[in-house]
Order: sequence, then C-alpha cells, then structure tokens
Amino acid sequence: MEATGVVKRFGSREALRGVSFKADPGEQVAVIGPNGAGKTTLLSILAGISKPDEGKVGAANGEIGWVPQQAALYRRLTVEENLLLFARLEGHEDPRGSVEEMLELTGLRDRRGEIVARLSGGNQQRINIAIGLLSRPAVLLLDEPSVGLDPRQRSRLWEFVSALADRGTTVIFSTHDIQEAERYGGRLLVLADGEALFDGPPDELREAVRREAPEAADRDFETAFVAYLHHRGH
Amino acid sequence: MRGVRWLLLKDLQILRRSPLQAVLLVAYPILIAVLVGFAISRGPEDPRVAFLNEVPPNTRIDVGGAELPKANVKERICKRVECVFVSDRAEAEEKVESGDVLAALILPADLVNKINSLSTLTPGVPEVEVLVNEENAVKAELVDDRITSLLAQANLTIARRIGAEGGRYLGLLVDGGQFSVLGETVQILGLRTTARILEGVTPALPPNLRPALEEVTEFAAQARDNLDVAKPLIDRLAQPIAVDKVVVGGASPPLEIFAIAVAATLTLAFVVVLLVAGSLALEREENAFPRLTRGLVSPGGLLGEKVLLGVAVGLAVTLLMLLGMQFFVPLELGRIGLWLVAILFSGAALGAAGAALGAAAREVRAVSLLAFMVTLPIAFLSLVPSGAVSPVVFDAIRYLTALFPFKPALQAITAALDEAGPGIGGPLLHLALLCAAYALIARLALRRFAAV
Repeated sequence: MEATGVVKRFGSREALRGVSFKADPGEQVAVIGPNGAGKTTLLSILAGISKPDEGKVGAANGEIGWVPQQAALYRRLTVEENLLLFARLEGHEDPRGSVEEMLELTGLRDRRGEIVARLSGGNQQRINIAIGLLSRPAVLLLDEPSVGLDPRQRSRLWEFVSALADRGTTVIFSTHDIQEAERYGGRLLVLADGEALFDGPPDELREAVRREAPEAADRDFETAFVAYLHHRGH
Repeated sequence: MRGVRWLLLKDLQILRRSPLQAVLLVAYPILIAVLVGFAISRGPEDPRVAFLNEVPPNTRIDVGGAELPKANVKERICKRVECVFVSDRAEAEEKVESGDVLAALILPADLVNKINSLSTLTPGVPEVEVLVNEENAVKAELVDDRITSLLAQANLTIARRIGAEGGRYLGLLVDGGQFSVLGETVQILGLRTTARILEGVTPALPPNLRPALEEVTEFAAQARDNLDVAKPLIDRLAQPIAVDKVVVGGASPPLEIFAIAVAATLTLAFVVVLLVAGSLALEREENAFPRLTRGLVSPGGLLGEKVLLGVAVGLAVTLLMLLGMQFFVPLELGRIGLWLVAILFSGAALGAAGAALGAAAREVRAVSLLAFMVTLPIAFLSLVPSGAVSPVVFDAIRYLTALFPFKPALQAITAALDEAGPGIGGPLLHLALLCAAYALIARLALRRFAAV
C-alpha cells in the first residue's frame, strides 16, 4: 500500500499536508498522533471512503479491508446474520462457507446465533474486523480498533490481528495508545496537525526522541513522545 | 440489484426483531380501520337536549281569530335531537350543569300568546329559553349551531303554517267557499263569483248605471288577479331564499369513501415515511453506510432499497387496512388493480420523501420526530377545503401541500376507491414528479452521510 503527497482540506483547514508512506505485505504500521492529527482522515482516504484533494493512494494488488473505529454492523442481527449479509454483498460464491471460516477465525462459532447488541465490545470488534476481512483483503485498515476494550479483550484483539499479519496481510492501524503502537506496530507513522513527522520502526522513534528531546529520553515512552512533539512545534 | 435484495432481507429481519415495531405496523392500520369503520357505519349520534314545554295544553296559534292546526314543533325538534323531557326549570338546569345533556330548551308558558300577539296592534316578542353549559369553546360552538338550526327549523315550520292559512283565506276571498267562525259556518261568495254575478246583471241595468257597475266589476277582476299573485308571495315569505346547488368543480366522493381514503393515506404516509426515514438513518447510526457504499452497494441502490422496503410494507399494511374496512363499508374489489397502482405510486413518492428526511436528519430519533412534525401538519393542511380560510391562505396551503406527496396520494387513493370520483391520472403524474424530486434531494443529502 502506498500513499504519495496526500493532501486533504476541510474548508480552509488542511487536515493532511502532503503525507507519503509505504507499507509492505505482512507489515503492521501504527499511525499515531494527538487528536486532530489526521489519523482517521488518512485511513478513510486509504480506504477509499473520502478522496484526497491532492496526491495518490494505491494498493499493489487485492482488496483493501476497512474496519472503522465504531463497529459497523447491525446490532439487532445475530453474529451469523451479519457475516452472511456482508458475505452475500461481497458476492462470495459460497457465503455460508465464508461465514464458517470467519466464525472459526474470530473464535465466535459458539456465539453465532447471538444478537450482536448483547455481545461485549471486544466481541463486537472481532466481528467488525471479520467483516472487514470478508473481502479477503491484502491490506487491512483499522481505525483505533482497541478503543473501549478492557486489557484482556485488547490482548485477544492484537493476538488476532498479529495472526493476520503473520499470514501476509498488511495491517495499518491508528491508535492513541503509544505503548500499544510501540508493542504491535512494526513501523510507526507519526502525524501531527496533518503533517507526517516520523516514519520508521519504534527503535528509531526512541532514537529521534533521545536526539530531539534529550531531557525526556529516560522517561517512559509516552512522556518522551509528548516532549518530542513539543520540540517539533506541536 | 443483488445487493438491494440482501439489504431488503436484512431490513425485514431487523423489523421482525423489533416485535413492538412490527406489532404497531400491523395493529395501527387495524385500529384505524376499526375506528373509521365504526365512525362511518354508525353515523353521528343525536345530541341530548333537555326539553321543557310550559305552554298550556291545547293552546293553539291563532291567526286573525282562527286557530292554526297543530304545528307539532315538539315532535319536529325531538326528531333532530334526543329530547330528555324534564318537569321544571330546576331539573333542566341540573341536567345541563351535570353535563347529562348538551343544552336545555324551554318553551315558556306565554310563548303562544306572544306569537298570537304578532297579528295584533301590540305585538310582543316570542322567546324560547336555551340553557347551556359552555365549559369549552368547541362545545359552546356546537350548542350554538344546533340550537340556532333547531329554532330556524321551528320558525320555518310555524311560518309555513301561517303562510298556508293566509293562503287559504286568500283563496276564500278569491274563489269563495265555506268558513267556520265561532262554531258557525259562513258562506263566502268570493271575488271570482262576485265578478261573474256583476257581469251577468250589467246588461239588465239602465245604461246610465252601467259604467259605475263596470268599474266595480273591473275592480273585482283586478283584486282577484292581484290576490292570485299574492298567494305564492305569501308561500315564499316563509323561506324567501331557496337553495339551487350546482356542482361546478370537484367530483366529490361519498363521505364514507373519502373517510376510508383519508384513513388509508394517513396509514400509508406514516408507515412509509417513518420506516424509510428510520431505516436509512439506522444505516448511519450503525456506522454501516460507509462500509456498504465502499463498493458493496451504490448510494442510489441503497436509496432504492429503502423506498422499496417502504412501498412493500406500506402496500401490505394499507391493503390490510382496506380489506378490514370491508367489514363496515363494502368496497368495490373489482377496482383492486387501481388500488394497487395508487398505493404503489403513493408509497414510492412518500418513500422518497422519507428517504430525503432520513438523509437530512441522519439520526433515528431526530428522524422520527421530523417525520411526525412534517407528515401530521401536512396531512391536516391537505384536508382544508377551499372557502374554509381566506383565498390567500388557501393558495399558500395549496402550494405547500402540493410539495409533499400526502395530498396527491389522497387524491389517487380516493380516485382508485370511487368510480364516480376524480380521475387518477393527474395525481399519479404529480406523485411521479414528487418521487423523482425527493429522490434527487435524498441523493444529494446522502453526500453528508459519508462524512466520517
């Protein structure tokens, strides 16, 4: 997946200012930054939901799966009915087979007949991701997938996502949680006020923090990151 | 189209999962059908009016010394209202105050004497007394209208009796005959006979007397002719203005058919607008809209699916309602093809309007509120007849209601139900245009839906 010089404006405000980056198959890229940095805007442009005013976005091959921040599914339908609906809409030749596959993948086979509204936030998010995977995407975009989940649910979620990346799916996710980004992101893309400040592995970001905000180098990663943003004028 | 099919199935599943909603969709039209059915099959009930007649028995209205036949005013009044006979004024007051009766009508003891005084040199003012309890403005208006109407009827009856008696006396003067006075029968010669007798004796008179007699004969003929003209005039005095109703526009259907059409259109409008607007807003509330429109289904396809859902459910519910009405008023089942056409066109236009509301409001609760706020006043305004308000206001109402599909839907359904009603082509064309316009508005409003 590749983005080149992406610019997005909302009226006179520039939400993205010439953001470029590239993600390879099987890579897990974390998009981090403060509120209003442009994370959701970038992901929605990568997903094709909104169009950039300038720049290009493209995936080398295959579908792009998109998992919005809030679960995009029908809470009055069952787990199975949700998966079956989207499998049919995707035009699968064997939609019921695809549903079985996703139930296996999400570990929700036993709860297939349950109304989604009665499931926990974590399980709803797993179905949300499973729906995003129905198109068998080469790239999976996740917008703050762990928001509202307790630590146990979060752990199960990342286990699930990492397994997908291990099978070659490119995973690009946004998060507020710096520790989560450091732990699960093979690469970090730091956005602030629509500008890409950093693109590289977590170790390189630590190095950059040490270099640009040495007074915070020995503190925890989140404090150091905030100091780094401050030094960069954000 | 494949996507539309699965979305339609999904919406019906969601509808089935909401038992309250589903029950309301079925129960509401049945309730409306039963209420309207009872209302139109039983007809309005007569209002209860306490009646106190203090006029002494056997008192008759007297004209020129002769008593008129009984006018049967009491019987005539009690035909139009349910009379509750009371024995005195206190009882009448008590019944009015308690709300047991709408009003009390008291004919005072001197009523007939005062009527009789009208033909004397010292005429009185005959009055009846009406007791009312004006606990609210609507009731007060209703009582005023009923009592005014009843008294107008009574006045008319008495005036006709007097007119008829006056005509009879004029007839006696012109044509002659027998007349009873104080138990004696008197033979009246009459002007016609008088003239004939005078004409007969004239040749026998000396020539110098003939001119004077001829003048008398001439006067008798003139009096006869003029009194002949006066007779119909006296008849007309009782009701000087007659009504000649000419229908110059608007083929009005029978009242019960119009009531059924109103009930069916109201049902269709609420079911379709609420369902379409609500289910479209639900796509956004469930965050499904961006996911769906990322290549799974086009925004236009999604709108089409929602309108289809509204039309399908609206058709089923409205047909159920109309078939329910069969128990009260026989409808022409042979016109069911036209019913279907009218309901389909109406449902499509109302569905498109619902889609525009749903796309504009975006939240289910806001949409429900908006749908009621728009549909209910438009429905009421659509029922305002010309002449009920000033021409300027009526024109404004006409243009406003033409912008929403309720009125043309009502016209189309009325035309479909009633063979003698107005044509169906105009309303169907109107509905088709509104459907296209609202679909375009909905499509434009959907652009805001996509905002993440």
